[in-house]
Amino acid sequence: MKFDYDIIVVGAGPAGSTAARYAASGGAKVLMLEKDRDVGYPVRCGEAVSHEGVVQFIKPDPKWIASTVTKFRLVAPNGKSVVPKLDGSGYVLERRIFDYELAKLAANEGAEVITKAYVYDLLREDGKIVGVKTLIKDKQTEIRAKVIIAADGVESRVGKWAGIDTTCHIKDMESCAQMTLSGIHMDEDILEFYFGDNVSPGGYLWVFPKGNGTANVGIGLSVEAAKKKSAIRFLQEFVDKKYPHAAMLTHIAGGVPCAKTNSEIVKGNVILVGDAAHQVNPVSGGGIISGMIGGMIGGQVAAETVQRGDLMHLQEYARQWQKRLGWRHEIFYNIKEAISGFHDETLNDICNSALQIPEEKRSLGGIFRAALWNKPSLILDVAKVFVS
Amino acid sequence: MPLPHLMIHIVPGKCDFCGCCVGVCPEDAIELMESKIAIIEDRCTNCRKCVWACPWEVIEFHREGVGHLPTHMPQMINEPTAY
Ligand SMILES: Cc1cc2nc3c(=O)[nH]c(=O)nc-3n(C[C@H](O)[C@H](O)[C@H](O)COP(=O)(O)OP(=O)(O)OC[C@H]3O[C@@H](n4cnc5c(N)ncnc54)[C@H](O)[C@@H]3O)c2cc1C
Ligand code: SF4
Ligand code: SF4
Repeated sequence: MKFDYDIIVVGAGPAGSTAARYAASGGAKVLMLEKDRDVGYPVRCGEAVSHEGVVQFIKPDPKWIASTVTKFRLVAPNGKSVVPKLDGSGYVLERRIFDYELAKLAANEGAEVITKAYVYDLLREDGKIVGVKTLIKDKQTEIRAKVIIAADGVESRVGKWAGIDTTCHIKDMESCAQMTLSGIHMDEDILEFYFGDNVSPGGYLWVFPKGNGTANVGIGLSVEAAKKKSAIRFLQEFVDKKYPHAAMLTHIAGGVPCAKTNSEIVKGNVILVGDAAHQVNPVSGGGIISGMIGGMIGGQVAAETVQRGDLMHLQEYARQWQKRLGWRHEIFYNIKEAISGFHDETLNDICNSALQIPEEKRSLGGIFRAALWNKPSLILDVAKVFVS
Repeated sequence: MPLPHLMIHIVPGKCDFCGCCVGVCPEDAIELMESKIAIIEDRCTNCRKCVWACPWEVIEFHREGVGHLPTHMPQMINEPTAY
């Protein structure tokens, strides 16, 4: 290990590994630091991604695909459900292996990876940020770099140390719990989503198949809407009722910043990518692919910045992100705000209207039109998608 | 009138180290390592956002005056999240 790099990436999740990969392939000397002992573990994720999203970065490989899904079911509060037609397919990942593969891709490009390396502060000289302070296997170590990429996830603090306010507003933080259960009898090519104030207020509950009768059963809720009843209680109630005989293989807690992209994602020589930048689809809470897209742009621009020796160039990352996905997330955020005001009756109505659409035409768009019917002001947000 | 001194407490052994509380803390007052967590006392303003955000009911909120009572004493709890 050296003590001087072009770029340090903090955090080896999908966003960090992708940033490290593209920074290294852009010619920079890259070090990625991960606080946990293993990359990819523990898994705090429902693990669902679209095929289209993944193939931009890596060829689908059975070793990290738990199941392939082609449908999804939306379950209304009254128990009625609708299965819209989907254009593409998706996967439920084995993220433990997937994340590890992404880190390997970074290493293949020449990035160095160190685990059990907790970054506890930024290193400063004459007021300027010149690297990070880290505990590597419990030993204090200072490492220098020209650019720091904060990919430290929902618990991000690196941005704050650099003077960027990354606090996620409590109303946008989805508080999550998930159990991986075995003994679940379900179609293994379908993602299930449950809605309703008694199931998951201000969010949804998911059942994602992982093959061989196992599934990720999880919940993400809005703390405000849940009135201080915790995610784990909602989840436990659902599981007791729906899967009383299932065996629990693992259970985890988690949080997803379902916000617009943080207003600042570049400051001086520090950039934020992934959950750290709130680069999550605010409606679905999906952040794997969008975090990787943020990581890719961030890594590329960081490498160019180092090559040019011009820190101003880092701003290009914020511009490109906004153009690629940031603007969309803004619209999704407005849609989320509108939908989160829906109560059980509205959701039941939407489901009923969707069921009246002939089956072969039952697309997500159709359901969305049913939702518009209940909340016409959504049209404004959707219109913005087309005019911007 | 001065506010009573409030206190946030993480129940040792219950935490899953998920970081949800860190994400909502406006004061950068939570230190989270692979399997260690601590509140940085002199930064914490007792705003309780972390208490509400925690999916696992790991963080409790104690009022001053209740002192060192065991954590399950009902009178310390103002929040239904704590038990
Ligand atoms: C319960 C749950 C279900 C979800 N389901 C889905 C889903 O089905 N589909 C989907 O697309 N998304 C899902 N998400 C969101 C998705 O998991 C995240 O958006 C994604 O993991 C973000 O990637 P990241 O690389 O930004 O952060 P992370 O994957 O969180 O990685 C951050 C890394 O940084 C490390 N780190 C943090 N601080 C430090 C430090 N100080 N020093 C060193 N290392 C540090 C952490 O240990 C971690 O490994 C879900 C999230 C949760 C909580
Ligand atoms: S939110 Fe709860 S479980 Fe997660 S790290 Fe904080 S205290 Fe632990
Ligand atoms: S009470 Fe508020 S300031 Fe204190 S640790 Fe919790 S979120 Fe941070």
